[in-house]
Formats: sequence, structure tokens, C-alpha cells
Amino acid sequence: MVDLSTRIGSLLLGNPIMPGSGTFAEGLDDVIDLNRLGAFVTKSATPGYRSGNPIPRIAETPSGMLNSIGLPSKGIDDFLSRIVPFYSRFSPPLIASVSADTIAEFESMAVAVSVAGVAAIEANISCPNLEEDGRAFAMHPDVTEQVIGRMAAATDRPIWAKLTPNTGDIAVVARAAEAAGAEAVVVANTILGIAIDTETRRPLLGSVTGGLSGPAIRPIILRMVYQCARSVSIPIIASGGIGTAEHVVEFMLAGATAAQIGTASFIHPTAMISAIDGLAAYCERYEIAHIADIIGAMEHTEADPVLLTPIGS
Amino acid sequence: MSERGSSTRLDRRPPVKPVAENICTVIVNDWVNGLYKHLVLDAPAIALTVEPGQFFHLLCPAAGDDTPFLRRPMSIYRIDRANQRVEFLYKVIGPGTRGIATLEPGDRFDILGPVGVGFTLDPSWRHIVVLGRGVGLATLGPLAELAHQNGVGLSAILSARSPDLVMSTDLFQSYGGEVITVTDSEGTSTVDNVEAILLRLIGEKRADAFFTCGSNRLLMLMQRVGQEHGVPGQVALEQQMACAIGMCQCCVRPIREGDEIVHLRVCFEGPVFDLKAAISW
Repeated sequence: MVDLSTRIGSLLLGNPIMPGSGTFAEGLDDVIDLNRLGAFVTKSATPGYRSGNPIPRIAETPSGMLNSIGLPSKGIDDFLSRIVPFYSRFSPPLIASVSADTIAEFESMAVAVSVAGVAAIEANISCPNLEEDGRAFAMHPDVTEQVIGRMAAATDRPIWAKLTPNTGDIAVVARAAEAAGAEAVVVANTILGIAIDTETRRPLLGSVTGGLSGPAIRPIILRMVYQCARSVSIPIIASGGIGTAEHVVEFMLAGATAAQIGTASFIHPTAMISAIDGLAAYCERYEIAHIADIIGAMEHTEADPVLLTPIGS
Repeated sequence: MSERGSSTRLDRRPPVKPVAENICTVIVNDWVNGLYKHLVLDAPAIALTVEPGQFFHLLCPAAGDDTPFLRRPMSIYRIDRANQRVEFLYKVIGPGTRGIATLEPGDRFDILGPVGVGFTLDPSWRHIVVLGRGVGLATLGPLAELAHQNGVGLSAILSARSPDLVMSTDLFQSYGGEVITVTDSEGTSTVDNVEAILLRLIGEKRADAFFTCGSNRLLMLMQRVGQEHGVPGQVALEQQMACAIGMCQCCVRPIREGDEIVHLRVCFEGPVFDLKAAISW
């Protein structure tokens, strides 16, 4: 019997597989057994109602998609009265993703979602900061340290900092999150992009810019996970283009402790279940007793450390 | 899977049935005319639970330079439970449908579903009117069959660019329906003419409910005539989708709810909505 459990700070997960925020909702309960997942991650809750971005909200791109959903949300009251109770009937721990426009709002959201049924908080600091001219909080280590520090001080729930890949040096941002008290970093989010219809000369997304996800970004995110793993000692949850057990193993070898599957579930809603089964099969094939034993176990070639010295270290 | 269909389910969903990635076998994939193809699949049990107005999310094969990444939503055109078949009618128009068009008999085809909230027939309705434009009429096919099975009278108004692109008249006739075709090339598909047909059917007391799909113009017409004459109705809406099971929030559309306008997911709260609640796009 293979032990797929993995530890994210104070939380022990039954297995390393969880959905990416914004790619998971109650409809998946019609397709898979949700109790098999390592954890649930909600779509980001926001303080108040948000209608989201204009349509079109998605554009298909080579080996991926751009999205600009705009965090539509019914607000924190709806989150507490409907979303949390819905997931409470299942056994996996519920991770409440929260987003806000200001540091103070992030702090109050951390307090607000610290209720029975919420095991940890994922701080979606990849969203635009209204106090910094719309630049994402996690673009800057100092802002990251401030917002995570305020959240960590305000709640006893573990804080997972969801970092943006749209920054110059993600390893430095990861260190800032760690210093501020994050129990884990989620690496990463979508990569900003644009697509234009050459016939109409219009952008393919209603809000012009969107986030690229899917297999197209996997090698880039894998590099970021590898860089962060060499820079922090807190667990890293990988997120970006992961769709199969093989991908999960790849990210764990690079230093991830767990993995989020997102866009892949849009193509195959059974992707997370297949990945869990595939991880067990991989462990059996290589006689690995505990999946956690492969974390950071990539075998370095001689040239590797020279080529991939983390920027800023 | 626990608590499936319980009253504490989120949002406006009726109790739901399982959704699966159904691996089907292609039986037929033939051209109907210059633009449309007809796909017949041998389908497993879960796929056969599909109801009128529901849809499947199709994993389109790559073909040539086309490498569709996302699935494509497509409403069910015919449900043939006796022969364990589901059928689709589709317009070959982009990378997804070009990929589907390459499928040959014997090929495997992955269709996720059935998904979405379909049409409902009120037991008090004795005669319904369906109004479809282009491929929108495919969506109305299973509803017409259901009406026929329940002894409900049917008038089908099929609108198309030209007579050679009018499809499925035989199918709707086989459901005992009066079939009226209107086309752009003959000048019969104008809003005024279709309105006159609707008013005639109301006058003949053959319009207990309206159903439409495939045209914003015709939706607005049916909504207005329905409002003026107290005829209830339903509309099947379309929208670009990524997941089709309510997760990604890509496919929202503004829908009237009382005095408010809310954004609902076409894949999850729809694709069938109350005719009065739909908003022009």
C-alpha cells in the first residue's frame, strides 16, 4: 500500500492533488468522487459582490487558453453561508481562496473566512492591487511581505501565498512570503498574455489582457517551482499546466510538495482522479513507499547547478 | 458523489444525474448539405440519459493544422435509446468542428455529459410552437419528439438562409408536427412574417408555449409576442465555454431575475432559460 499523504505545514493531506482556484465548483461532484481529493480550493472569495469581466472571457491558444474572468463573486456573506457549508459534508480539507483590492481588505478577509470548515487560507495575491496602480500584490516582495504578514497575524489558520509568475524574480517574492509567516507558497498563477483576431482586429478577450494557462506554461512554472524550492524551506504547491500523474511527479522532483490541477480539469474533469491513481501506480512501479520521498529528488547533472542558479540568490 | 441532488445543492439546479466522459463509437458522420454534418454515435448508458435541451461537451480531434485545445459544447439532436445512439447536427465552421468532421465510422469519440438544464414541458400544454434558426433547430429536435411522445401538438417554424439549408423538415414532420419553413432568399424569414405566423398559431389556439434557439432576432420576437399574448416559453442559449460543468465562469450571460439582472452560467443554470428572462445579445 503506497502512502500518498503529504504535509503542507500544519495540514496533512491524504494525497498531493487538489484543484486550482477558479477551476473547481460543485458541478464536479456530478463527475468524480470529491472525497478522493487531497484538498478543495475554492474560487477566490472577495469582500463584496463583483460581476466579473466582460465576455468573451476565454480564448483558445496553442496548448492552452487565455482567461480573463475577473473574479466574479457573490461576496463574503454568500461564501460563508453557502460555499463553506456545501463543502463541509466532504472529508478533504477546505482551502478558502481569498482576494481583495487592498492590504486591509486582505486582512479582514483572513479573519472573515477563519470559520469552522475552513482548514487554510490561500491568499490570491496575484490579483491587481488598487493601492499600487493595479499591479499585482505578488509582483513585489515588500508588498507580499506586508499583506501576508497582516493576514498571518490576524488568523490562526495557515496562510498559503499564491504567487504570480508575472514578476522579475519569483524566488525573492517566495522568500518574502515565507518571512511574513506563510505556511506554503503556491507557485504560481497564469502568465499574462493577449490574443488578437486578425480579421476583426479586436482582442479575443473582452478585457484585452488575460492569463495563460494549460500545458503551454508548464516548463516555465516548473522552472519557477525549482527556483523557489531552492530559496525557501516552506512547502511549495505547484500550479501551472499540470494535468497528469507524470506532471505531478515532475513538479515534485523539482521540489513541490503538492500540486494543483486546473485547466486540465476543463478538458478532462476526471484528471485529478486519474492523477491520484497514476501517482499510486508510479510509486508501485518504483517501489516508493511514501510519495513525499520524491520531493526535490531530481537527480542533478553536473552542468545543472551552474545553469540554474536562482536569480537573486 | 454523496448527497447528489440534495436540497442543499448550490444554486438553481434541479437534481442532477451523473456526468461522464463517455467514450462513443462513430456510426455515421455524413454531410447533410454544403455546411452541415450529421453525426451518429454508439453511446454508453450515461450518455443515453440525456434529455431534450441538454448538451455534450465534445473532445474534438486534432486535424491538419487544427489542434483544438478546449472541448466544444453541442446540443443533442436526437436521442435513440432503443439503438443506444445519440446524434448531433453541426455546422463545420472552426477548428473544433473541422476536427469532428474528420471522424470516420468506427472511430472513438469522447463526449462529456450529459450536461446542462434542458427543456421542461408543462402537462397543461396541448400544443407548442418551436422556432429554430440554422443549427438552432437541432436543439429543438428532441423537444419535438418528447412533445410527440406526450401527445402534445407541434408547430415547427424552421428558418434558414436558403431552402437548400433548411434541415430536418422530415424529422419534425415525423413527430406529427406542422412544419413551416421560412428563408432569407425567399424573403419569408423576416420578423414581420414570422410574427404573422406566430399570431396565426395563437389565434388557432395552437400556441400554449413557445420554444426557440439559434437567433437573437427570433428570440426577441418570440419574447415580445409571448409577453403580449401571455404565452410562456423557453429559450436555449449558446455561449463560448471552457469546462461546461459550472467551474470556469466563462459562459455567463445576463439574465433577468425579477427586477435584477444577474449573470448566470449557460452551462450550469442553462442552457435553457425562461423566455422572459433572456436578454438580447
